[in-house]
Amino acid sequence: MNASAGRLSLWLLLTPFLLWIVLLVLVPHLQMLRVSFQVRESWDTLAWGLEQYQNFFTESYYWRTFVRTGVMSLFTTFLTLLIAFPIAWYIARLARGRAKGLLFLACLVPFWASELVRTYGWMILLRESGLFSSWLQALGWADGPVEMLYNDVAVIIGLVYNGLLFMVVPLVTTLDGMDENLVEAGYDLGGNHLTVLREVVVPWAMPGIVSGCIVVFMLTLGSYLTPILMGGKDSAWFTEQIFTQFITRFNWEQGAALGVLLLVLSSLIVWLGLKLSGQSLRKVMG
Amino acid sequence: MGIESDLFCSNLVRRFGSNAAVDHVSLDVPAGTFFSILGPSGCGKTTLLRLLAGFDRPDEGDIHIRGARMNDVPPNRRPVNMVFQHLALFPTMSVGDNIGYGLKRQKVPAAERRTRIARVLEQVGLPGMENRNPGELSGGQRQRVALARCLVLEPTLLLLDEPLGALDLKLREQMKIELKHLQKAFGTTFVYITHDQSEAMVMSDQVAVMKDGRFDQVAPPEELYREPATPFVAGFVGDNNRLTGELVAVQDGLAELRLDDGSMVRGRLGQSSPPIGERADLFIRPESLVLGGDALRPDYSALRASVTATLFDGANSRLEADSAGQTLYARLPQDGSAPRLREGAGVQLAWDPMLARVFAPGAV
Amino acid sequence: MGSRTARTSALLGSTFLAAVTFSGSLLAEELRLITWGGYAPDDVVAQFEEETGIDVKVTLSNNEDMISKLRATGGAGFDLAQPSQDRIIGVQRQFNIYKPIDFTRVNTDQLQPSMVKATQDSTELDGKFYGVPSVWGTSGLIVHSSVADTVTDYTDLCDPAVAGKVSYRLKRPTLIGFAFAMGMDPFEAYNDRDEYESILAKVEDKLIDCKSNVKTYWTGGDQLLALLRTGEVTAAMAWDAGGWKLNAENPDIRFVAPDSGALGWIDTFAIPRRSENEEAAYKWINFVMQPEIAARITNASGNFTASKGADEFVRAELRDAYRASFNDQAINNIKWYPPVPPGLETVEGQVLDRVQAAN
Repeated sequence: MNASAGRLSLWLLLTPFLLWIVLLVLVPHLQMLRVSFQVRESWDTLAWGLEQYQNFFTESYYWRTFVRTGVMSLFTTFLTLLIAFPIAWYIARLARGRAKGLLFLACLVPFWASELVRTYGWMILLRESGLFSSWLQALGWADGPVEMLYNDVAVIIGLVYNGLLFMVVPLVTTLDGMDENLVEAGYDLGGNHLTVLREVVVPWAMPGIVSGCIVVFMLTLGSYLTPILMGGKDSAWFTEQIFTQFITRFNWEQGAALGVLLLVLSSLIVWLGLKLSGQSLRKVMG
Repeated sequence: MGIESDLFCSNLVRRFGSNAAVDHVSLDVPAGTFFSILGPSGCGKTTLLRLLAGFDRPDEGDIHIRGARMNDVPPNRRPVNMVFQHLALFPTMSVGDNIGYGLKRQKVPAAERRTRIARVLEQVGLPGMENRNPGELSGGQRQRVALARCLVLEPTLLLLDEPLGALDLKLREQMKIELKHLQKAFGTTFVYITHDQSEAMVMSDQVAVMKDGRFDQVAPPEELYREPATPFVAGFVGDNNRLTGELVAVQDGLAELRLDDGSMVRGRLGQSSPPIGERADLFIRPESLVLGGDALRPDYSALRASVTATLFDGANSRLEADSAGQTLYARLPQDGSAPRLREGAGVQLAWDPMLARVFAPGAV
Repeated sequence: MGSRTARTSALLGSTFLAAVTFSGSLLAEELRLITWGGYAPDDVVAQFEEETGIDVKVTLSNNEDMISKLRATGGAGFDLAQPSQDRIIGVQRQFNIYKPIDFTRVNTDQLQPSMVKATQDSTELDGKFYGVPSVWGTSGLIVHSSVADTVTDYTDLCDPAVAGKVSYRLKRPTLIGFAFAMGMDPFEAYNDRDEYESILAKVEDKLIDCKSNVKTYWTGGDQLLALLRTGEVTAAMAWDAGGWKLNAENPDIRFVAPDSGALGWIDTFAIPRRSENEEAAYKWINFVMQPEIAARITNASGNFTASKGADEFVRAELRDAYRASFNDQAINNIKWYPPVPPGLETVEGQVLDRVQAAN
């Protein structure tokens, strides 16, 4: 009696979650998988085939864009980690009480605005007629207007900014739980700053580092507005190609295939990252 | 001795705001000594240890280790290692890597590292445990790994910050003895801080009793026990009975006190003696009290009391008695010589005045 | 197999939608309009709501987005759409998302007959017409006076004199414009796939060569206007209305019809296949095409209307700007987009992808 009531309440609790998973995650992805194997023979007939997948490998701009997106995402993730680590260290171990809360808030505030607004903010700063350019001229460091927008550096700046919070939070959480004595022991036994960081702090923070990296990497890989608006003419981004296939080309079949490939390949990269860092998803996501 | 000792400190001061956590402490620890710093929590012993390790810097005074001034040497360059209170074993490394960490920093070649790790593990009684994870070990084993991690580096000085505190009682008793043996075997100078006087007494060659940032007394355990220099040491080190009264006379180093109920007691006058007519404390250890009914020697001081309880604890069995509102404990010898006592029975407690100490009243 | 599942799910979907909208329609009659920015100004919507009691829900969009949304629902979700006339038939053949226009319910008297004819011609499928003309305009060049002598045609955007100060979209109008400027006629080749692909190949080479000249490919109207306004870009391929808007702010910036001809488009009214309030849709068409209302829309958006007699209500500055950009010859030279045959976008898309990816 009691057990069946317990099972019922478990099901009731699980139902919204299961509905969400099935209806909004599973079904669309299966649908996409199905569409990706369709080939449009002419404007009104469909056949099954692998043509969309072949296109990815034979049309060099697809896979080149993918490689570019992947490499830039990895670099962005790495850079985000480098910038976030000292911030997280400061918040978790040096800041106390009120300052800690305020710093955390400062990291959070930018996310009260949408990605579009944040991106436009950067565009105002970086553009030729923008703030940085006029400062450089006012300081006499530049003779004329300097264009800092529409290149890969601008894209990476924007992406790092977008990912920062998602790196800082897991890092703060793991660093917070580290015994101060571990660091002291590291020094006491003869380590310098670098070895203590490498041998003691980083291994300890590894679950946080890996989970932050996964989130930032996926976020960056899937971002759309920042690379398009800040990237300029050469900045192809893979999500942009998927969007283009679906929306401007009406080529759902190709778009679906690219979407499936993005999912598979990014999962593969994450899996590789977990293997290389010796972590498991269970450990990282707690 | 002196500046060439393994550890020599002169007039160390460390202030936090207006409060001096370490207040003009000097100490001199010869090579191979097991030196303990004993004091209640908040007495400044941890701060002192951190000064020695190099995690903190003194405001005044000098630290010398084997004659070299250490004040400006960072912790990783001091010939000093520390066993932390919670051990601070690196949880992401195996036992072998924990021990090898320091050797690696000294650029010891891998092959030599392996033999030294194996050797030290054997010495601490954990042979072949290199590949275990610290998390899999028992408390005592972790304790030994933490020691091995430091001892493998052959430091001049090993600092220990109450490392036994986290162990259960039985294991703690066992580790006390083991630590003492290990210290002798390695010959390394140990500086051990604790608030547990029994740990300090059992293991140490020298004990410094610390209170409010200062050393009250530095002496071998037995001297500390028999010749406490201050009322604090008398009260803090070992069990002691305290009787409070008025100092009425001093003769041949023996003081006579009148207790509040009018009875007179005698004891040897300590270093800080109050003027006649002032309040004074008399300390007498439970094992120095003899129960009346024995042939009372004429030079003994005696006191009437009534039995409150008998506390049986094997060799530590005691009698609790009350004398004019002051509680006294007396050891009950378990060789059958002690009389059977009922609750409320009157009893006479007597002692050799040379074994009692009289001080001006002080905080205990 | 595939189509049956699609039909079942479409059926399910429409039942669901019908249930939802049925409960909604109990409260108030509603017109769900998907259109371009500026085509349904607030004051016009307010007046329509007042006169008819129909609530208008406006969704802003563009050609591709409109088609994608309607394709996703099989022509449901909106009661009236405003695609360009060249983007109706090809899409209709492939996805069947519109229903034919019942011209007896359209007040054609207030429309310019030539526009109606042109739209009917280009939106005819199996003897039925799918579009009513609404707003028309052109794509051409917006130039600063400093480079006005250099940039007179699309290909002049590749002139070294304007290097780094140029912007255009990476979309099909750019391909078409460049093809004309290079002396070819892409519209003529629309139904000859091989011919069209050879034209595109040449355009592709040109655009790749030209890439170093481009500051950035613009993606949104506001972004382009900002680029031109700040002077970061001095010559761009863009819509006429944007050029006139900038001209009103800064007389040095003008819209010019390129030598090889501006590209003319007509935005239409088309009724989605599963429109739920056709009645309101026709009411809206007849309402906004009244000369006075149509002129108000023109004044707001800067684009011209297919409404007959609206000219006299249009702001004088706008008329002047229009005349400054188009003389008679330029008007006759406008290249009107013919209907896009299905599958063309895929070919064009690959060209655009290659341009984007080229270094």
